[in-house]
Amino acid sequence: MEPRRPSRAVIDPKVRQVGFITPNAPPQQPVRTQSYPPESNSPPLSESPASNSLSPVMIPPPRHLSDNLTAYRTPAVPVPESSRRRAEPAAVACSYDPSESLFGTSSPAPSPLASSRLVVDGEFSEESWFKKSDSAKFASSFPGGGFDLTTVKNVGVAAAVAAKKPAAVSGNEKSKASGAESKNELPSGSGSKTSKVKMTKSERRSLQESQRAAKGGNKSAGASSSRAAKQPQQKKDAAPAPPSVAASEKKGTDRPPEKERKKDVPAPRMQFDDKSRVEKAKKRAVVNQTEVRNRVELFRHLPQYEHGTQLPDLESKFFRNDPMHRAVYKVGLQYLAGDITGGNARCIAMLQAFSEAIRDYTTPAEKTLTRDLTAKIGSYVSFLIECRPLSISMGNAIRFLKNRIAKLPLTLSESEAKTSLCLDIDRFINEKIILADRVIVRHASTKIRDGDVLLTYGSSCVVEMLLSHALELGKKFHVVIVDSRPKLEGQSLLRRLVANGLNCTYTHLNAVSYIMHEVTRVFLGASSILSNGTVYSRVGTAAVAMVANAFSVPVLICCEAYKFHERVQLDSICFNELGDPQAVAKVSGRGDVNYLGSLGNKDNLQLLNLMYDATPSEYISMIVTDYGMIPPTSVPVIVREYCRDQLWI
Amino acid sequence: MDFQVVVLAGGFSKKLVPLVSKEVPKALLPVANRPVLSYVLDLLEQSNLKDLIVVVEGSDAAFRVGGWISAAYLDRLHVDVAPVPEDIGTAGALRAISHHLTARDILVVSGDLVSDVPPGAVAAAHRRHDAVVTATLCSNPVSGPADSGSSGAKDKTKKPGRNIIGLDPSRQFLLHIAAGAELEKDLRVQKSILRAVGEMELRADLMDAHLYAIKRSVLLEVLDQKETFQSIKKDVLPYLVRSQLKSEVLSNGAPQVEENGNDKVNSQSKRITQSQILANASNRSFHELYAFGPDGSASARRTHKCCVYIANNNKYCARLNSIQAFSDINRDVTGEANHLSGYSFSAHNNLIHPSAELGSKTTVGPHCLLGEGSQMGDKCSVKRSVIGRHCRIGSSVKIVNSVVMDHVTIGDGCSVQGSVVCSNVQLQERVTLKDCQVGASYVVTAGSEYRGESLAKKEK
Repeated sequence: MEPRRPSRAVIDPKVRQVGFITPNAPPQQPVRTQSYPPESNSPPLSESPASNSLSPVMIPPPRHLSDNLTAYRTPAVPVPESSRRRAEPAAVACSYDPSESLFGTSSPAPSPLASSRLVVDGEFSEESWFKKSDSAKFASSFPGGGFDLTTVKNVGVAAAVAAKKPAAVSGNEKSKASGAESKNELPSGSGSKTSKVKMTKSERRSLQESQRAAKGGNKSAGASSSRAAKQPQQKKDAAPAPPSVAASEKKGTDRPPEKERKKDVPAPRMQFDDKSRVEKAKKRAVVNQTEVRNRVELFRHLPQYEHGTQLPDLESKFFRNDPMHRAVYKVGLQYLAGDITGGNARCIAMLQAFSEAIRDYTTPAEKTLTRDLTAKIGSYVSFLIECRPLSISMGNAIRFLKNRIAKLPLTLSESEAKTSLCLDIDRFINEKIILADRVIVRHASTKIRDGDVLLTYGSSCVVEMLLSHALELGKKFHVVIVDSRPKLEGQSLLRRLVANGLNCTYTHLNAVSYIMHEVTRVFLGASSILSNGTVYSRVGTAAVAMVANAFSVPVLICCEAYKFHERVQLDSICFNELGDPQAVAKVSGRGDVNYLGSLGNKDNLQLLNLMYDATPSEYISMIVTDYGMIPPTSVPVIVREYCRDQLWI
Repeated sequence: MDFQVVVLAGGFSKKLVPLVSKEVPKALLPVANRPVLSYVLDLLEQSNLKDLIVVVEGSDAAFRVGGWISAAYLDRLHVDVAPVPEDIGTAGALRAISHHLTARDILVVSGDLVSDVPPGAVAAAHRRHDAVVTATLCSNPVSGPADSGSSGAKDKTKKPGRNIIGLDPSRQFLLHIAAGAELEKDLRVQKSILRAVGEMELRADLMDAHLYAIKRSVLLEVLDQKETFQSIKKDVLPYLVRSQLKSEVLSNGAPQVEENGNDKVNSQSKRITQSQILANASNRSFHELYAFGPDGSASARRTHKCCVYIANNNKYCARLNSIQAFSDINRDVTGEANHLSGYSFSAHNNLIHPSAELGSKTTVGPHCLLGEGSQMGDKCSVKRSVIGRHCRIGSSVKIVNSVVMDHVTIGDGCSVQGSVVCSNVQLQERVTLKDCQVGASYVVTAGSEYRGESLAKKEK
C-alpha cells in the first residue's frame, strides 16, 4: 500500500493542511459525500465544462489551439479512454519517494502522523479522497474566491485520477481490490530489488508473468493496474539486468523493439568528469574551450569552461566554419556572449535561425533531404550546445523539428519540403510559445484579485506578460520582485514594470522571508517542468517556493507545455548548468570591484555559480500551462498526451 | 559566411613620396622584404577568405599589383584586381566597384594594414550585434625611437592617425568619431546619443585600423545618396555614427522586424509579442531602448548600430601610411612582431639569407634581415635594419635603424642611420645619411652628408 498512498498525497499535498488531523479517517467521509455524492462522480468530467466558466483541465484537441481559445471549453474533456487507463502507471511511477508526500504544503505536519493517517485513508475510494481535499483546500486557500477553483482543481486532478474512476465507480470494494493489488505490487517491486542479485532474467520474467496472470482475475479493475504493475517492473528489469556493463544501462532500455521507444530514451549526457570522453568531444568541438581547473567536487560531471576565452576564439574562427549557417552562428555567438537569455527567447532565436538555415538549404547531389538536413540540424545543434548547454525546452523544440523532417512525405519537392518545415517552425513558435503565453496569461490573470500582493522571482517573460495583462484589466495589485546576484535579471523586469505604472517593490533573495509576510500569491516562471512535478528553474526559485510554502502562500508556476519533459529529476545536481564562476566574485559593470581579490586563484577555493535548481512538487500549488491549470502531479498527463512523439502541433 | 572582402590597396600615395614611385605603388612597398599587401592577403588567407577584390588606384599601379598577386598567390587566392581612377577616395573606390558587391556584408580592409587582428573577430562582432558598420580599433602604435630627428614632414604625417573616439560603457558601440581636420574644431557630441546612452567614454589613444565590416545594403545606399562622400573614414563612418539614432538607412528598424517574422500567417500582434520576448530577454543595447521609447511601446524610431571591435593589446596592428610608419613597421616586423613576417628567425633574432655573403668581422645584430644574394664587405655593422635582395655593400659600412631595399649599392665607409634607401640607389663612398629618404635610382655622390632630407630624382 505504501507506494500507492504517497502518490495520492502528492496529487494533492494540501490534504494534510485541511484534514482535521484526526488519525482516524471516518469522520472525513461525510465531507466527501456532502460535496459530491459518489454516484455523480463521473459526470463532472463531462458536465463541468458546460456549467463552469473556466474548464478545468483544458485539454483541447490540439488543432483548436490556434483557432480559438474559447474552443477549449467544449472539448475540454476528451482525454482518450486508453490514456485514462495509462494515467495510472504514470501517476504511480512519478512518486516513488514517500517522503515527498510528507512535507505538507503549509503545515509542517509531523511526518509519522501524516503517513499513518494516509494509510488509514487508503481505505476509501480514491476519488472521494480528492473531492474532500479539493473542496477543503480551496475553501481555505482561496476564501470566497470569485472563481470556482474546486471544480477546476477537481477535474484537473481527475485527469490523473481518471484512470481510477472507471474502475472504482462501483465503490469501495473495487478500490479496495486495487488497494490490495497495489499491495501485491509492492512486494513484487521490492522483492525484485532485493533479489535481483540472485535472480536471473528469465526467472524474474516468469515471476512477473505469474503475477500478471494472478492479477488478470479482477479484470475490470485490473486492466489499468496490470499495466501499472508492468511498467515499473519492466523498467526495473531493464536497468539492473545486464550486470556486465554499467555503462550499457542505456542500451538495455533501448532494447525494446519499437522504434519510438528508442527515440524516447534520452541520449546519455556527457559526463565531464570522464576524461577520455571529454578528450574525444574536444576533438570534434568547434569552440575551443579550456575547462576550468578548479571545479566544485559535486559538479565535476558538468561542463564548465574558462569564461572569456571562448568568445574571442570562436570569433577568430568566424570564417573557418563553413558548414555553419550564419544565422545559427550568430545565435551561437549570442548565447555565448549572453546576449540572449531566457528559455523562450533562446528557443525562438534558435528556431528562427534554423528556419533561416532551412530556407537557404539546398540538398547536395546524391543525398536525400530528410537525411542530410537532419544531419545538418544535428551539427547546428551540437554547435549551439558548445556555445551554451541547451535548455530542456530547446531540446523539445529540436526533437519536434527533427521529427517533422523525418516525417516529411517523400513525394514533396525540395522547395515544398522547405516551406513546409518553415511553416512548421513558425507554427511551433506561434502556438507553443506565443499563443501558449497568452492562454497562460488569461488563466493566471483570473488568479489575481484586487489588493493582491504578488511576488515574482527573477525575470520570467510569461510572468511579465501576466502582470501587464492584469494591469490592463484594471486590477489593483502590488508586485514584489525578488532578485539575486550575479545576474540581477529582475532589474530589467522592474524597469519595464515600473515604466508601465505598476506598483513594485524590489528586493533581493536574502530578504524573501521578510517580504513574504505581505505576499498573497507567488508567480514564478520555469525553465522546465519534469514529469514528477519538479520545477526546474532559475536558481533561487526553490528557495522562494519553499519560503512561500512555509508562509502558506500559494505558489503558481507559469510554464508553457512545450517545456515539459518526461524526465524525472529529484535534485539539481545531475543536470544543471554552471555559469561563469568569476561572476560570483565580481560585480557586473564594475571591473574594479572584486570581492575575493587575489583569492580567486587559490587552488583550495572553488567558486560555484549554478544556473538552475529543482523545486520539489510539494511546494507548488498549481501549474498554469496552456492546457489549463493543473496540479504538479498532472504533469505526466500533459507529457504523455501532448508531448509524446513530439507531436507538438 | 556571406562576407565579401574588398582590399583597398591605394595607388601612389603622395604621403609616401619618395618611397613610392611609378614602379613601386604603395601596395608593393617592401616590409621586411615582402610587399606590404602580402600581409593583408596572408591575414585574409589565414581566415579562409580566399575570394577577394583588390582595388587599386590607377591602371598602371593596378597592372603592377595584379601582376605581383597573380605570381605570388597563384592557386592560393582568387583575387580580382579592380583598377579605379586616381584620387577618388576610398568611398569613391567602393562606389566604382559597387556592382561587384553581392554579399550581405562587406569587409573593407585597407591594403596597408600590417596586423594580426583576426578579421573573423570583427565579422563576428558585426554579426552578433547585427550592426550596420563595425570598425576595428587598436591602440596607437608607439612611434619609433628615431622620432628624435623629427622633421616637419613627420609632424604632418602623424596627424591623420589621431582621432577621438567615443564609446559606450560596454565598449561595443561607437558613439562618436572625429578624425583629421575635425580635431582642430571643438568636439561636438550629439545630445540625443548622449542622452540615450547616458555615458560616453572618449578615447584618443585608439587608432582606426581601417578594417570595417559594413552591411552592403547600407553601404550602397549611403554611397548612392551622398555623392560627395569621398572617404569611408572621414565621411561614411562619421555619418553612420551620427545618424545612428535617427536612422535614414532603410535596412534597419522596421524591415528588421519583418525579417524576424516574415511569415504572412503571423498576425501583427503576434509578431510584436515575439520580438518583444526576444527583446526583453536579451541585453538590450541603448539602440533598442531608444527605439522602443520610454514606455516600451514599439514606436517607429529607427536606429542602427555602429559597433567597434577593439583589438587586444597583444595584437599587432599598424598602418603603413607615412614614412615614419614605414620605418616603424619594418622595425617591428623584424623585431617584436616578427611572427607576422612569416620568416623563422635565428637564435640571434635575425635572419640572414643563406645566399648572402658577409665579409670578415662584419656583424649583423639582432632584429635584422638580410635578403638573398646580398654581399657585405669587411668590418660592417648592421643593427635593427632590413637589407633587401642583391645589395652590394662595401667595407666599414654602418647601417642602423634603416631600411635598404633591393639592388642598392653602398660604397665603402658609408653610414646610414634611420633612413630609407629605395631600390637601385647608389651611395658612393663615405656618404653619411641620417633620417633621410632616398628615392629609387638616386645616386648620392661621394662624401656627401645629409640629415633629415628627402632625396629623389626629379620627375620628368
